Amino acid sequence: MKNTLLKIKDLQVVYKTDVETVHAVNRISFSLEKGETIGIVGETGAGKTTTALSILRLLPERTGQITGGKITFCGIDLLKLPESRMRDIRGERIAMIFQDPMTSLNPVFTVGEQIAEALRLHNSQNRKEKQIDARVDEVLNLVGIPVSRKIEYPHQFSGGMKQRVVIAMALACEPDLLIADEPTTALDVTIQAQVLLMIRELRDRLGTSMIMITHDLGIVAQTCDNVAVMYAGELIELGTAQDIFCGERHHPYTNGLFGSIPNLKEKSKRLIPIPGLMPDPTALPVGCSFSPRCRDCMDICLTKHPGIYSKGTHRIQCHLFANNPDWQEVAES
Amino acid sequence: MSTNGHSLPLIETVGLKKYFSIAAGQLHAVDNINLAINPGETLGLVGESGCGKSTLGRVLLRLIEPTSGQVLFKGENILSFDKARMRQIRREMQIIFQDPYSSINPRMSVAEIIAEFLIVNRIYRTKTEAFNQAAKLMDVVGLARRFANSYPHELDGGRRQRIGIARALSLNPKFIVCDEPVSALDVAIQAQILNLLMDLQDELGLTYLFITHDLSVVKHISTEIAVMYLGQCVEKAPTEILFNNPLHPYTKALLAAIPEPRIEMRQKKIELIQGELMSPVNPAPGCRFASRCPYRKEVCTKADPMFYSYEEGHFVSCYLYSDQSAC
Repeated sequence: MKNTLLKIKDLQVVYKTDVETVHAVNRISFSLEKGETIGIVGETGAGKTTTALSILRLLPERTGQITGGKITFCGIDLLKLPESRMRDIRGERIAMIFQDPMTSLNPVFTVGEQIAEALRLHNSQNRKEKQIDARVDEVLNLVGIPVSRKIEYPHQFSGGMKQRVVIAMALACEPDLLIADEPTTALDVTIQAQVLLMIRELRDRLGTSMIMITHDLGIVAQTCDNVAVMYAGELIELGTAQDIFCGERHHPYTNGLFGSIPNLKEKSKRLIPIPGLMPDPTALPVGCSFSPRCRDCMDICLTKHPGIYSKGTHRIQCHLFANNPDWQEVAES
Repeated sequence: MSTNGHSLPLIETVGLKKYFSIAAGQLHAVDNINLAINPGETLGLVGESGCGKSTLGRVLLRLIEPTSGQVLFKGENILSFDKARMRQIRREMQIIFQDPYSSINPRMSVAEIIAEFLIVNRIYRTKTEAFNQAAKLMDVVGLARRFANSYPHELDGGRRQRIGIARALSLNPKFIVCDEPVSALDVAIQAQILNLLMDLQDELGLTYLFITHDLSVVKHISTEIAVMYLGQCVEKAPTEILFNNPLHPYTKALLAAIPEPRIEMRQKKIELIQGELMSPVNPAPGCRFASRCPYRKEVCTKADPMFYSYEEGHFVSCYLYSDQSAC
């Protein structure tokens, strides 16, 4: 019996300004089991971060709007919760690690105080000041920062160490779900390897579920159980890591992503990039949003939005898979 | 350390040093670098942030004056040139910057940016000719001519980087320093720009110094790779050799740290290096990597290691190879 922690159904998000409406996320659905990690991959502007912010209901107030869909977390409908209840969930049950550790820490507080703040705000265990202090030491140990450094300020830490502080803050309240938004993009490769290894070990030890947002397919291959590929606000491919990295057939966009990465092991002459650019999210193409860049574009792709076809755990949203006996169309409910 | 004596390198450095004087002492940004790049080849310069890659690139073009050493361009030491000769020689050496958002003037149109060098250097008699040439350059780098009157903010990162490339090409240079030209771009766009740079090299016979922290990119584009750590070159080898047989513990760690897009590799135990870069201010004598190195010996912290020649074209600066011939 599977134990679903998070379920997103037909989520739609728009950013509205006076002049235009940006369709950032268009009807995406996926679910996350307890203890699992899902990777969301895609280019800048694909809607990865918007999806994460929607789960936490942290979209910019004036412009961002969730216009449809449902997000269920442990049986609770997050989109219907009053703000005060939502605040209890944020940081305590769902925590987020942001991309840039330089800007996500407060420069005028010591790192110890910043970790303690999260514990004080979500003090469900009624910890006393002393116990909070002890817990701060505990999480600092967990992420490999000497406890003696908790009285230091963020500027005294290097980039990799700052990201460890951010991770310590996120883990302080033992959340059920950890959302990591490009946690290592701002770090050097040797430091990235250290941080990724640490995230993996902590996840396995604490049994935390995780959403890993990244543009790096290498990171996904090393950390994720399931993978969702996003393009122009849509989830165009979803499957287990096995499906995505070893599967025979893929969405043409996923193939393009793999073709764009220089291969370390083999000698290759030229990369096979995806031609063109991501469509303007204020005016998405009719039919398939990838059609203007697709090598396998057919007539139907320009007029009809593709359905989702599945084979086992693997789902692909593309007309190429219609009428293929191996792939069943998933009825939209 | 000229790699093969038979052809004259286009650009060569001899004992190049750049120390910055700061309040805390001397910051050793570039510390005794000896490199040579043959015409038509690409030297990939890899290292982590703060290791002095960009400073080296700028010193090569004399955008920063070095503390000591020589930069030989076609055999002549450009550090001895006066302003007028420097201005002449700069036409042949150009740079493409990392961030296409901040390296081009937002108040100039695309055509103006590309034509600027042509006008400043009085290559053409009239502005019309310069703008015609700019339009041709836009074709070369794959920018549609309809963008000629656009401003940089109207274009995406990939197109902006194409402007930077067109501008660098405008004076028909022989040598281009590419300072992380694809780091700010998405992977699909990155592939487009890498292909463009490689095509241009084939067509125009360009020589590149390609600075990057991304090893998979550097492998793809370079003929030879130099690995830098805290201002020093720790290993240098032809690309295939470096990837098949890395010698320096830092190079090994760097290669092991890349997450590969294949799930078979997930179970692989990787040898991580601990700790972080030490400060480049007044570094202690000895190997700069010693404090993080798992193979540290006593000798490593006594004196700087020499460059040892391991095999044809493969040099490493590490005491583990001190039984090889020094050079």
